[in-house]
This record gives sequence, structure tokens and C-alpha cells, in this order.
Amino acid sequence: MATTSSPNLLKRQSEGDVRGLVSRPRPEITAHGVKDPSQNWRSWITTTDHKKIGILYLWTVAVFFVLGGVEALLLRIQLGAPDNTFLDPEKYNQIFTMHGTTMIFLVGVPVWAGLANYLLPLMIGARDVAFPRLNAWSFWMFLFGGIALYASVFFTPPEAGWFSYVPLSTAEYSPSAGQDAWIYMVHLTGLSSLIGALNFIATVQNMRAPGMGWGRLPLFVWSILIYSYLIILALSSLTATATMLLIDRNFGGTFFDPTQGGSALLWQHLFWFFGHPEVYILILPAFGVVSEVLPVFARKPIFGYKAIAASTAAIAFLGLLVWAHHMFATPSSTVVLAFFMLSSFVIAVPTGVKILNWVATLWRGTIEYRVALLWAAGLIGTFLIGGISGVFLAVFPIDWQLTDTYFVVAHLHYVAIGGTMFGAMAALYYWFPKMSGRMLDERMGKVSFWITLFGFHLTFLIQHSLGMDGMPRRIYEYSAGNGWTLMNQISTVGSFLLGLGFALSIYNVVRSLKKGAVASPDPWKGNTLEWFTPSPPPENNFDAIPRVRSVEPLKDIRAQVERETGMRQKHRAGRPLTTQG
Amino acid sequence: MLALIASGLAASGASADILTPEDGGSPNADRIDTLYKLVSILGLIVFLAVEGVLLWSMVKFKARKGLKAAQIHGNTKLEIGWTLGAAVILVFITAVTFIQLSSIINPDRSDVDANGQPIAASSAALFASTNQKRPPGGDALNIRVDGQQYVWRYQYPGPKTVNAYVEMVVPVGRTVTLDITADDVAHSWWIPKLGGKFDALPGYTNKTWFKATKPGVFEGQCAELCGRNHANMLATVRAVPFAEYRRWYDGRAADIQRDRDAAARQRDALNRSQSQQASAGSSE
Repeated sequence: MATTSSPNLLKRQSEGDVRGLVSRPRPEITAHGVKDPSQNWRSWITTTDHKKIGILYLWTVAVFFVLGGVEALLLRIQLGAPDNTFLDPEKYNQIFTMHGTTMIFLVGVPVWAGLANYLLPLMIGARDVAFPRLNAWSFWMFLFGGIALYASVFFTPPEAGWFSYVPLSTAEYSPSAGQDAWIYMVHLTGLSSLIGALNFIATVQNMRAPGMGWGRLPLFVWSILIYSYLIILALSSLTATATMLLIDRNFGGTFFDPTQGGSALLWQHLFWFFGHPEVYILILPAFGVVSEVLPVFARKPIFGYKAIAASTAAIAFLGLLVWAHHMFATPSSTVVLAFFMLSSFVIAVPTGVKILNWVATLWRGTIEYRVALLWAAGLIGTFLIGGISGVFLAVFPIDWQLTDTYFVVAHLHYVAIGGTMFGAMAALYYWFPKMSGRMLDERMGKVSFWITLFGFHLTFLIQHSLGMDGMPRRIYEYSAGNGWTLMNQISTVGSFLLGLGFALSIYNVVRSLKKGAVASPDPWKGNTLEWFTPSPPPENNFDAIPRVRSVEPLKDIRAQVERETGMRQKHRAGRPLTTQG
Repeated sequence: MLALIASGLAASGASADILTPEDGGSPNADRIDTLYKLVSILGLIVFLAVEGVLLWSMVKFKARKGLKAAQIHGNTKLEIGWTLGAAVILVFITAVTFIQLSSIINPDRSDVDANGQPIAASSAALFASTNQKRPPGGDALNIRVDGQQYVWRYQYPGPKTVNAYVEMVVPVGRTVTLDITADDVAHSWWIPKLGGKFDALPGYTNKTWFKATKPGVFEGQCAELCGRNHANMLATVRAVPFAEYRRWYDGRAADIQRDRDAAARQRDALNRSQSQQASAGSSE
């Protein structure tokens, strides 16, 4: 065989440890015997391997996602009938507070921390993150933050909403310790995210493969880099203001007490200075996933790499300047409202650019309908609706009618589920073979996708109308005379379909871990370096790190192999690679 | 996408005014509705164009034998083009918003004065407003709205003490300006048919206005989470002809005066009996 010409890049079949599925030379590196010494439970607790930590993150996130999802269904049951008494007002407020807090802090942010942990070093050709032990610390802080919040379930959970507006969240109106549990959760997960962000930045800055300049960084890595900078800029504001609330509640502070010269509006500014960048913290990595998945399954380079990378940075920068569009109804002057309206408009431009670049990537490609591609395309179509409804909310006179109604509930779920969660699902279906060495079941994945998509739109599209018909958010009951019954029932039915769709994918994961088809190192014929190493990768990731010459290093390596062996690779996605002479 | 169409149809079938915000009670609500419709047209065009191309590409370029992917890396002219295109759409929305804005923010001139007499249209020109928050001619009914867990309290102007809870009674055709604040936690004032919502925050005064153009009862409820019974913090505005408003106002003033007098008498009686007891006690 001709593999000897570049021994670092190729391996012989006789050396193959990929379960004998590969019969011909492939671009792949052998990792010589660097096996994880132990696989027992203690190794998971003491690990500093970025891959194991990533998997710990993802399993923890999955548990919180199920909890948050069940909470959402409880809320939908309560709203499924007028004057329902399934939940009392206290329980209802506690459950929506837990739902929002869980989905934002314990699912939306850490799901990307988990995926980035696993993938970032692999995608840039590094053997671990820059600070492996800090990385483990990040995970455990996140877990303890989640436990701090959920421990309150056994006493009195917080009930002032995930945004914890003062004065409602002060000791006078929320005397229970649940609010303090919320603050501790913010502190612990905030520290976790900040340290994690520093770690990602240091890793990307210093540990890229030779030749991987900024113009050759995979777009998912770009999005994680920007996500990390946003976390550092935005989360600091939240941890600071949560500390102020802690002082007000427990140590006689008066930051937010208007009778003592404090300001109730101050909380809203500091909170949303975090809260809006947070939206982009949740969504930018999902965009990064789409930018990775589309070119692979359209078999076509990403359209406008530079525009997509630049628009990620532009969205993040502008995202720091739009926070008061969450506060259009507060006592603020017209000049302030107009400024934040215009800055919110401006942010629509780079977001639109991204969407058009993705569509152009699909255009004239050869699109393979793999599940990961479906989730990515579903994200584009669904997120677009959330983006357009966002423009309505940015026009502040229109926002005066729509804010704090179910229109906003619909809008935020279009971006949070239709964006973040669809992106996370695309990532799951795309990278699961790399993480586990097994393929997810494609048919079950497709069923899960279509049920989720249908259930999602059934749940949330109608909520725009509920909002315009006058239904405010966070009400535990409404009366039949309001005329909201039918629309709420449609939404409740949809939410159960949505839950079923996600549940199918979770089942798919659990089942495929044992029973899934064995995955080759590069089942999708990917473009990036993580597909260059076995699935799952050995502890040291790579024995030798290839030189990167373009945005699609693996494509280059594949071409080199074909040149050197004189063999063309015949490829069908999802199946092991075969070659024809 | 099928789901989208299906639920879209369901939405349009269920009721009449669920595709746009509520309107029909006050001019500012109507203007917000108009603005919404203008933005909707643009939104709909963008939506149809992008979803159309997306779906078209998904179907047209599905992998099959003989189809080869075009290895294109980008097209600078095209990309600059759609960046500018997106910007132009937003400039247009900005222009439309600012054109509509002053008529939404600045109160209309009242149709009737403080005595229920029609105001001549020409008077507007004589009393041009310098302060945005006052209607032309400065003539408005100014009501103080006070949010408390879980009730709205209204304080009417004038020499007599007139206040009301939950239901606000206003004369048709008279511009009503509201000074909105809260006593305890944050609330939000919202009567959908009479315009947008305005947060009530302790320590701040928020302002809005409406002018009921016809008699009617307009329902709303608190729109900012204010505690467990947030859902039960209802508000109603009842717009009535001026004469009826006058009767209600005078009746309410008389009721309050009578209650106050009764309370004063009771207090006096109590004080007297206490001082008698005290003196009786001291004499023993």
C-alpha cells in the first residue's frame, strides 16, 4: 500500500482498531496505546480530560433539560383549561421560575460549555484545553449551582421569575430562602461559566494546530470564542447585581429600596445588561453548529466564511448595546427608547446576513437529508420567525402592546428552542458518533425531528395571537370569558408533542450507546479535524497534529490520500467509508 | 413548515383580531395597530422570500445521482447587496416609526372641555403645546394610577377627594393622561384597546394617555409579575358620556365625603367614650 509515503497521516488496515470495518486506507491517525487507564466511576469524578468533562456536562444538562421540560408541561396543563385549579398560584409561580432559570442557566449556557469542551480541542487539533484542572472545577461549580437551586425544591423554591425583578425579589416580598438559592445558583454557575470562558479563550488563542490562522478557524470554534468573550462581559454584570440583591436581602443593603434612595429600575438595567447578551450566548454557538453542519451535508463549502465569522463578532458587539429593549415600558425617556430601538434594528442586519449565507450554502449543493442537516435547516426556518417577531418587538410603540404578553413568550421560544435547542440537537446528531463511537438511529431521529418541529410550531405560533389578544405572561389562570381557551388548548396539545419529540431523541441516545451501529472515525465525510481521529478519540486526541492549509483541513487530507494512493473514496454518509481502486 | 401553515390557519380561523394588536378604543391604540400592520407587510415579504428560497433549495438540491455540488466559496457583491438590502428595510421601518411616533406618544387634543362642552377645532392652533406630555390646549383629565398587590387605585383631580379601585370611569372624548406609579412591587398598566402598557414602579412616575372615542367598557389586567395573585389584578376602564361621568364623579365624591364624616363621627364617639372611661377610672 502507498500509505508509507505519509506515515503520520495514514494507517494500515492491519493496525486498524476501528472494529475491522475499514478495508482500505483512510485519512486517519493512529493513537498509539494512550488508553484511559481506568473507566470506573472514580475516573469520572477525578477526570481532567476535556472529553470526559464534556460528557459530564452533557449528561447533567440532559437531566436539567428533562426537569425543565416537565416543569413546562405542568405549566401547560394548568393553562389548558380556564379557571384551572391543577396548580395553585404559589406553585405556578415557583414552577415557571424554576423552568426559566433551569432552561437559561442550567441548559442553554452549559450545553454549549459541554459541547465546546468536547469539541473545541479536537477541532483546533489540540490535546486538551489550556487549563484542564480549572476545566474540571468549572464543571463541578456548574453542578453544585444546579444542586443549590434544585435543593430549594425540598423547602421553598424561588417564585419571583427567572429575572427576579426587585422589589418582588426583595426580602419584604419574597421572604423565603428560595430566592437566596437562586442567587447562589447565579454565583456558582456564573463562576463556572466565567472560568470556562477564560479556558476556551486561552485554548483557542494558544493551542491551534500549525497553520490554523484566524481565517482557518472552524466556524463553531469562532462562535465559542465569541460566546466566551460575551460571557466575560455580560455575566459579570449579573453576578454583581445578584450580589447586590443578596446584600439587600440579608445584610440591610438598600440598593434597590426606593424608600431609602435605592432604585427599582437599577436592577432591570443591570439584569438586562447581562440578559440580552445572554440571548446571544445561547444562540451564537447554535449558529456555529449550523455553519459546520450545512457544508458537510450540502457537500459544498460554507458560503461567505468571512462574512459569517464577522457577523458573529458584530452580533456580539451590538448585543451589548441593546439591553433596554427589554424595558420599553419602564419610565424612560423617549430618547433612550429610540436609541435602543435603533441599535436593535442594526443587530438584525448581521443576523440576516448569516441566514442568507446559510441559504446560499444550501443553494446548488447536493443536500443529504441526514438528521443533523434537518435540525440545522429547521433552525434556519424557525429562527427566522423568531428574528422577524423580534423586529416587531424592537419598534417600541409596538412593543408597548406586545411586551409581557404571550407574543413575547412565543418570540423567545422561537429563538431559544428554534435556535438554541435545534442547534444543540443538530450538534448531538452530528457529533454523537465521534463522542460515543456509535451511530444514532437515523429513522428514529427523523421521527423525533418531525414531531418536534410540528409540536413546536403548534405550541408557540398560536401564542403570538394569544398575546395580541391580550393575554399577559405569568398568569396562573384566565377566565372563559377572555376567549383564550381554544388557543391555550392548541398550545397545550402542541407542548406534549414537543415533549414527545425531544423524549424520542433522548431515548435514541440511550439506546444507541449500546445498540447503535459502530461509527467509523469519519462517518459524515466531515471537513474538520475532529474527524481525523478515532471515534471516540483516545485520551491524547492526536498522536501527530496535521498541518492546516484551509478552512476544511480534512478535505485537503482526503485529497492528499487519494492522490497518494490513487484510490477514490466512494462515500455514503452514515456508512463506513469504502474505496474503489 | 407544514406545521407552520397548519397552525397559521388555525390562528386565523379562531377569531377576528388575533393577527394584530388590540385597537378600537383610543387613537394611540389604533396608530400602534397601523404601525404593526405596516411592519407586518415587510416582515411577511422577508418571511416568504427567505422561507421560499430555503424550501426550494432543500427540495431542488436534494442529493441524487448526477447532481454535483457547486464548489462556491462566496460572492462578495451578492453579500454586500443583501447586507445593504437588510439595512434599507430597517431604515424604512425606522422612518415609518418616527413618522407615527409623535401621534402615539403625544396626547391628542380633548374633544370636550372640563365642563363637557365641545372644544372648537381651531383652539388647537392657539395653544400649541411645548410639553410633550400635555395635550394641545393643556386640557386633559389627569388621573393618578397606583398599583398595589393586587389592585389598581385611581386618584381623580379636583378640589373634592375622588378615588376608585379597579374600575376607572372616564368621559368619552376627553383626553385622559395617566401618572402611573406603584406602592409595593412593580406592576404594569395595560388596557389593550386603549394603547400600550406602562410599568408602574415604586419611586417612579410613568406617563401615558388615552382618549375613549366611544362609550364602552375596556378590560385589561396587570402585565408585570407582581406576586402570587398577579393573574387576578384586573383593571377596567368604563367610558361614559360626559353628563354621566359628572354624575358618577359627584356621587362618588359625596359617598366618600359621607364615609369620611361617618368615620369622623365614629372616631369622635370612640374618643369620647375612651376619655369618659379614663376619667371614670381615675376618679375611682
